[in-house]
Amino acid sequence: MFEALAGRLEETFSRLRGRGKLSPENIRETLREVRRALLEADVNYKVARDFIRQVEGRALGVTVLRSLSPGQQLVKVVHEALVELLGGETAQLAESAEIPTRILFVGLQGSGKTTTVAKVAARLKKQGKVVLLGAVDVHRPAAVDQLQTLGSGIGAQVYAEPGERDAAGVARRGWEQARKLGADYYLVDTAGRLQIDEAMMAELAQVRAAVDPHQILLVVDGLTGQEAVAVSEAFHERLTLAGVVLTKMEGDGRGGAALSTRAATGVPILFVGTGEGIEALEPFHPAGMASRILGMGDVLALVERAQETVDLEEAAQLQTRLAKEEFTLEHFLRQMREVRKMGPLEDLIKLIPGLGGKALKNVAVGEKDIGRVEAIVLSMTLHERRRPEILNGSRRKRIARGSGTSVQEVNRLLRDFDQMRRMFGRLRKGGKLPNAFQGLS
Amino acid sequence: MATLWKRVVDGMRKTRAVFGEGLQQVFQRSGKIDDSFYEELEEVLLGADVGLETAVSLRERFQRRVREAGVSEPEEAREFLREVVTETLARAAANDAPERGSPHVILIVGVNGVGKTTSIGKLAWHYQQAGLRPLVVASDTYRAAALEQLSIWAERAGAELIRSKPGSDPAAVAYDGISAARARGCGVVLVDTAGRLQTNRNLMAELSKIHRVLGKAEPGAPHEVLLVLDATIGQNALSQASLFSEAVEVSGIVLAKLDGSARGGVILAIADRLGIPVRYVGLGETLEDLAEFDPETFARALLEPPGRDAQN
Repeated sequence: MFEALAGRLEETFSRLRGRGKLSPENIRETLREVRRALLEADVNYKVARDFIRQVEGRALGVTVLRSLSPGQQLVKVVHEALVELLGGETAQLAESAEIPTRILFVGLQGSGKTTTVAKVAARLKKQGKVVLLGAVDVHRPAAVDQLQTLGSGIGAQVYAEPGERDAAGVARRGWEQARKLGADYYLVDTAGRLQIDEAMMAELAQVRAAVDPHQILLVVDGLTGQEAVAVSEAFHERLTLAGVVLTKMEGDGRGGAALSTRAATGVPILFVGTGEGIEALEPFHPAGMASRILGMGDVLALVERAQETVDLEEAAQLQTRLAKEEFTLEHFLRQMREVRKMGPLEDLIKLIPGLGGKALKNVAVGEKDIGRVEAIVLSMTLHERRRPEILNGSRRKRIARGSGTSVQEVNRLLRDFDQMRRMFGRLRKGGKLPNAFQGLS
Repeated sequence: MATLWKRVVDGMRKTRAVFGEGLQQVFQRSGKIDDSFYEELEEVLLGADVGLETAVSLRERFQRRVREAGVSEPEEAREFLREVVTETLARAAANDAPERGSPHVILIVGVNGVGKTTSIGKLAWHYQQAGLRPLVVASDTYRAAALEQLSIWAERAGAELIRSKPGSDPAAVAYDGISAARARGCGVVLVDTAGRLQTNRNLMAELSKIHRVLGKAEPGAPHEVLLVLDATIGQNALSQASLFSEAVEVSGIVLAKLDGSARGGVILAIADRLGIPVRYVGLGETLEDLAEFDPETFARALLEPPGRDAQN
């Protein structure tokens, strides 16, 4: 996510590098590019305008002009302003002293509410919490079935009254049920509409009155365009939101909606949905996200995912290996297997600083490919795995036959491997980022 | 049934309120046409999700015509905007009707939550009204409860339905669908697929497979591939169109939920940049709320000041 914007900004800033001093003209020119990038990323045009004004004011200050490396300074100013706009610090899911903690999920139809409710529930279950899901979307055909299926998949109970049309009533009785169960959390899935209308808002207000939630979270489709501001403002005005969950962010959506919703409501973004799987929900880190926007990668997210899927010791090993001097095909294989547990490799690669998905654009690593990679590497001798440079034509032919692949595939793997080896080499040297970004992390 | 104009105006109420109002302010400002006039116009376009590239292109073409005509009063320039907007929308007009198959097979694809199932319900109704006996194939075997939702829509539309167990191979279900359509004498087959993000390589490969399998079941099928786009989407529409086209050669767009958006300008971005005709536009939540796309009507609906509805 966000690579496209990051790519643009990187391009812009690269033009600044090497210039000794910035004139107000230079700054304006650069910021015009920043604005362009933000607009293309679907950041609301008003939000973009305000942001640019704010940054321009700061950038025109003396520090930038007299600084020794004005390009770096300008990047820093943009970065800081982005972090601020995105929310300063990380926000948390509510946990009340009184149980159950009640959380209401609201949003437009198709934004991913029901899936998000299940993902949050899965997350809480992982922490050992008892969770009850309330199926309060009484309008959408089959919404109740969807929640029940998802709920049973993660072993969470679902409170539902199929056929009942009184949303507030279902919500309230679900709460009673949660109390009886001694559930830690009661997560309520509500009905969305295609658009904001009075009937939906009125119903949501009734549901809110019925369950007196500790938190109301708005689920927003991360691919939303300019409308993101209007949507989040309308929900916030009526319901007083505590936070936002941004969905569908594993794609190439540029995520301007993140900036827009945040600027429009001032409420923090709690989670980001990053995939179809039930575990594909990540905490939102403004600083990490801002870094990502600027092409600096999101190390926090990488570490976090590693901690969740690999145990801590293994994660440490992984990091040592990442930093290890020698990176052989054996490591490559072991790592592929380990990393596979953390999610699609392509997603992970995007998180690595300095790459922004760009350097590895052509390295497509799907799940099936990993199987073939395994076969290829396993068809090599130990010696070959440690010293791939000895792989001449006839060895490659043998390996292709042995693994049931083609020489082209073997070649491609070796190319990918070489690219990865260089990339880890770069990481090892302290994450060598493009010059302008140094000294910012 | 209400006239197309009435339905479009109704469906685009929100867009007309915001976009129309914005244009009104630009064109009714006092003073002569100057740089700030064009800047304001560009902002109104941006705010309607027209997207930067299309907004700039519209503005430049508009500006050139205004200069050539030597117009200096904002209100007099309005006509030129209508021209460039209509031209842009005309790019999305379908030049010819798709070749008809028998049965006529339509594959429906799109990202999660954009309104595929609902659009299929409406299309089924559309063909049902035309007396073509539509058959709906539930190839979304992934999402929990997708089948239930689809069967509710199929029933409403009076269409037949082919279903299968959750988790079964969607391509196999699609194949069965065509056999069933032949056996039952259905004229149109609508194949629903699971929503997927266009960047998910594996799922896109699955889609290509469904496409191939349909061709094996019925030569020439699918005769149409409709990509459903959510009207509240921003500039990601471009990526969706190009990546879905790579996988299955999209023949037309269904722009869903236009009634829910105040940013109907996205239709301009789609027309300007996708190079794929817009076939249908979703304008509401009932079965009838699917309009065939017509550039003139939509241009008028976008640009005409909201207050003038009554005259029509």
